[in-house]
Amino acid sequence: MPDPLLTINNLRIEATIYAPGEKPRDAMIVDDVSLTLEKGKVLGLIGESGAGKSTIGLSALAYGRGGIRLTGGTITLNGREIRLADAATLRSLRGREVTYVAQSAAAAFNPAKKLMEQVTEATLHHGLVSKSEAEARAVELFRTLSLPDPETFGDRYPHQVSGGQLQRAMTAMALCPHPDLVIFDEPTTALDVTTQIDVLAAIKSAITRTGVAAMYITHDLAVVAQVSDDIMVLRNGQMVECGSVQRIIEDPREEYTQALISVRRIDHKEKKPTDTPLMTVENISARYGAMGVDVLSDVSVELYPGQTLALVGESGSGKSTMARVITGLLPPRVGQITFDGKPLPGALKDRSREELRQLQMIYQMADVAMNPRQTVATIIGRPLEFYFGLRGRERDKRVQELLDAIELGEGFADRYPAELSGGQKQRVCIARALAAKPKMIICDEVTSALDPLVADGILKLLLNLQAREGVAYLFITHDIATVRAIADSIAVMYQGKVQRYGVKSTVLAPPFDDYTDLLLSSVPEMELGWLERVLEHRKMESAGN
Amino acid sequence: MKGIPISALLGLFFTVLYFAAAILAPWIAPYGMSEIVGDVWEPASTQFWLGTDNLGRDLLTRLIYGGRNTIFVASMATALSFSLGAILGFSAAVYGGWVDQALARFNDLVMSIPTLIFALVVLSVMPVTLTVLILVMGLLDSTRVFRLSRAVAVDINVMDYVEAARLRGEGQRWVIFREILPNALSPLVAELGLRFIFAILFISTLSFLGLGIQPPEADWGGIVKENREGIVYGIPAALWPAVAIVTLSISVNLVADWVLNRTTSLKGGRGA
Amino acid sequence: MHPILKLVAQRLALGCLLLLAASVLIFIGTQILPGDVAAAILGQGATEQALANMRADLGLDRPAITRYLEWLFNALQGDFGVALSNGRDIAESIAGRMKNTIFLASVAAVVSVPLSIFLGLLAVRYRDRWPDRLISAVTLTSISLPEFLLGYVIMFVFSVKLGWFNSVSNINDGMSFGEKLGAVALPATVLTLVVLAHMMRMTRAAILNVMQSAYVETAELKGLRRFTIIARHAMPNAIAPIVNVVMLNLAYLVVGVVVIEVVFVYPGMGQYLVDHVSKRDVPVVQASGLIFATIYIGLNLLADIISILSNPRLRHPK
Repeated sequence: MPDPLLTINNLRIEATIYAPGEKPRDAMIVDDVSLTLEKGKVLGLIGESGAGKSTIGLSALAYGRGGIRLTGGTITLNGREIRLADAATLRSLRGREVTYVAQSAAAAFNPAKKLMEQVTEATLHHGLVSKSEAEARAVELFRTLSLPDPETFGDRYPHQVSGGQLQRAMTAMALCPHPDLVIFDEPTTALDVTTQIDVLAAIKSAITRTGVAAMYITHDLAVVAQVSDDIMVLRNGQMVECGSVQRIIEDPREEYTQALISVRRIDHKEKKPTDTPLMTVENISARYGAMGVDVLSDVSVELYPGQTLALVGESGSGKSTMARVITGLLPPRVGQITFDGKPLPGALKDRSREELRQLQMIYQMADVAMNPRQTVATIIGRPLEFYFGLRGRERDKRVQELLDAIELGEGFADRYPAELSGGQKQRVCIARALAAKPKMIICDEVTSALDPLVADGILKLLLNLQAREGVAYLFITHDIATVRAIADSIAVMYQGKVQRYGVKSTVLAPPFDDYTDLLLSSVPEMELGWLERVLEHRKMESAGN
Repeated sequence: MKGIPISALLGLFFTVLYFAAAILAPWIAPYGMSEIVGDVWEPASTQFWLGTDNLGRDLLTRLIYGGRNTIFVASMATALSFSLGAILGFSAAVYGGWVDQALARFNDLVMSIPTLIFALVVLSVMPVTLTVLILVMGLLDSTRVFRLSRAVAVDINVMDYVEAARLRGEGQRWVIFREILPNALSPLVAELGLRFIFAILFISTLSFLGLGIQPPEADWGGIVKENREGIVYGIPAALWPAVAIVTLSISVNLVADWVLNRTTSLKGGRGA
Repeated sequence: MHPILKLVAQRLALGCLLLLAASVLIFIGTQILPGDVAAAILGQGATEQALANMRADLGLDRPAITRYLEWLFNALQGDFGVALSNGRDIAESIAGRMKNTIFLASVAAVVSVPLSIFLGLLAVRYRDRWPDRLISAVTLTSISLPEFLLGYVIMFVFSVKLGWFNSVSNINDGMSFGEKLGAVALPATVLTLVVLAHMMRMTRAAILNVMQSAYVETAELKGLRRFTIIARHAMPNAIAPIVNVVMLNLAYLVVGVVVIEVVFVYPGMGQYLVDHVSKRDVPVVQASGLIFATIYIGLNLLADIISILSNPRLRHPK
């Protein structure tokens, strides 16, 4: 057997944490991780935030971000130990033997330089080929990665191309020097799902065609299953388990891996529409300020009491604008909203306190949805005081009841938001909305910023609360799996219009319109060969047309 | 007092010392403010710790009384600029629309003329009294406070928790005093220190140019003006105010730094 | 038209508008405020008749708007009227002094701009080590001291104690360039120190900001040398903020000149302005105020335009 390309043994990585107001302290980021990567193989690193996966990826370049230090173990690349290598050795291997694709290509490209110059820079710097050869390589890569006008693509500046194209350009930049190993650090996470599949396909075909080895870092098991040979599951800087893709997906041994795989498989039976809707949105069109185009045009949907309507769409589909219109922050240009049998005034200032109470909202970023200088008791207690005039002991008692309802229990009332974890913060926001005893809650991407397992917990909590309190949800999300888990009816939004609308079972069943088909088929599924199947299917369809 | 860094303690000590000396000037100064007690420009001695000035007055006494006037005018001007600037800045951010536009554009206009030049232009026609000085300094400096407090408030105003309060139906009072102000406090307090230092430097400059506090009243800029002739003969009388100003402003800076760090690191502070 | 030209044209128009508004403000400051110009000139003992004559002389009996327009149109043609205190033509007096002031400010700029950029880079290179800390400490001290006091401290050390330079910086047309340089050495040093602190601090912040960006990390992971990274990736993006810093500080310099000229008895615009403020010579104050404001607004406008021109997003639109 030939020597492996990369061997990491007992790697230990530490960082100095500078928390404001505290003495700097050292923290272990990665603890005793070992891995081996053969030439031409792809290893997927998977884990939630704080698992140390990016840090391990960068250690293959012997690079530590910020105050991160590689303090122990060995990293052997192409037969030589690099953890303690000197600066000159590191410079000679970075950008030649190992290259890096960052999550945000938009930030990783220099805004002042043309793409071609940046894509060929490492190749030329290491003196691998001549300038014209390097540019020819780049054009070839642009073509492989299905970038538009490959001949002239490199003449553009980073801000002149789209996010998905930039991500592919970054892949071209990484592949141009013909490295032995490429580190992909969440390359599709920031993209919309219909863009993600194209980039994923481009990356996969480039890897196959060049035979390069890769480390693919992501938090999405379904994505990594499409590109890797092996998968390593990480948690809190330690390895949970490691094995072939097939083994990990079909026969996960560790509880944590099983939990990651079964995530979003909540079984939720849809409820049928009742006689009278709680809220009716009729022919709403809206625009921001003096902008000449409608961000929403002619939107009509209905929400039934105690049920969930999911608004699904990608960025720019107008789903968040819907939330602003319904809450009264953006009065509609035309159209009418009826709530609980009565017309709802378009502007926030015209609504009565009772109307405001009935309609609460939960935000995507729980961090900024709570005043950092108020305690949990104040945050949850204020609606009680404001809407019901509860004070003193009565109020405290109700606050505790609400804390119990969101499964937080004793001891949380006196904490500040900064002392809560991400999931706990979102729970407090749910309690704040519940405190008003509303008939309807708007949930704006409430699980998008959370790790999958935590998000799962939040979804289950929301379903329980709905069953108990009979509250209706307008659930705004871009994630189809979340929709399946929680919705009773669905409105698919695209470019400010409702593309498809109805009960869940009808909306998610064929025949589809083009956009819904594209959207649904683009969501990665946790099975081997899914990517190839979808691409094959699409190719046949376009050939058929 | 536990947990205060040594630099902040030092700053606090000197700041308190200067303010105390300013308030207690008549009791702690060795001589009368304009009392001629010795020869012109006598060197330092046990009788006159810092020597005497251009008319034979005790320099330490002048410095203490000068501090009293300088600190008084600077404090008043800072109080004015701060209350005016912060209130207008917050209102502009919260109300938005044309109120915000009008205030912000007018503020830009006033800031487009250098403060010192504007002050000189106005003082060329106004009688130079303490009230006029405080008004001119306070009003001109309030433009800086306005810009900062508006920027801070605009940032906070778009936070989801402020939107949540609005959606709940809270009035402007709650939004300003309970949601925005507690979160704007630390940058504003740090700015208060900087504005105070700036006011000290500004009133000293005006007095030095003969357009500030008028003789026979003492003040730090005035002491330099009165004793500048001595410099050429190697008499350092005019340089003592430099020591006073530098120690005071560094002290205030250290305290402001500490306040800024302390309030952002409270357990309710932003960030994890 | 290229969108960037449109943007620049807009900024220029806005600058002109701002200048116009500033001139109104200066005029209002001296004419309409409760302080009465005539009373201010003649003092409190003036008779009612003398005041009335003075007002007629100054044209104060006419409406303010007429007087403003007249003043503005004359000023635009370079006619600022005559000084009340000595009856000399203001434009003529200003011309000579303007030359001196610009000379002083230029010498200070030529020294301070490269020096502060160099020191700023040094502070970044040795970040959080002693050179950086020393630079921060000196910065803090020098912004804690008013310009005039800094002036006297320097004068005391270099002119009185060491005897290297003259304490009074007189300059006239008969002097050679070298002699002039020697004459302004001390005031230029003080001005340099005054702006150095700010400029260094802002340069340091601007470069640090660029050095912490993701594209510098990308360059590092390509195996480029530190120097190459700075020259090829950091510099093109740091130039705009640095130029901005330089422009803002040149504007600051123009104001600092006022006080420093008084300290060193230097025959420039600043001293002229301060002298006539004490004499309550309103036309001179207005004229000098307008010129200082124009330079200040102009430099700020230039900073604005340079940052537009150097922005790749605006230069190469989609």
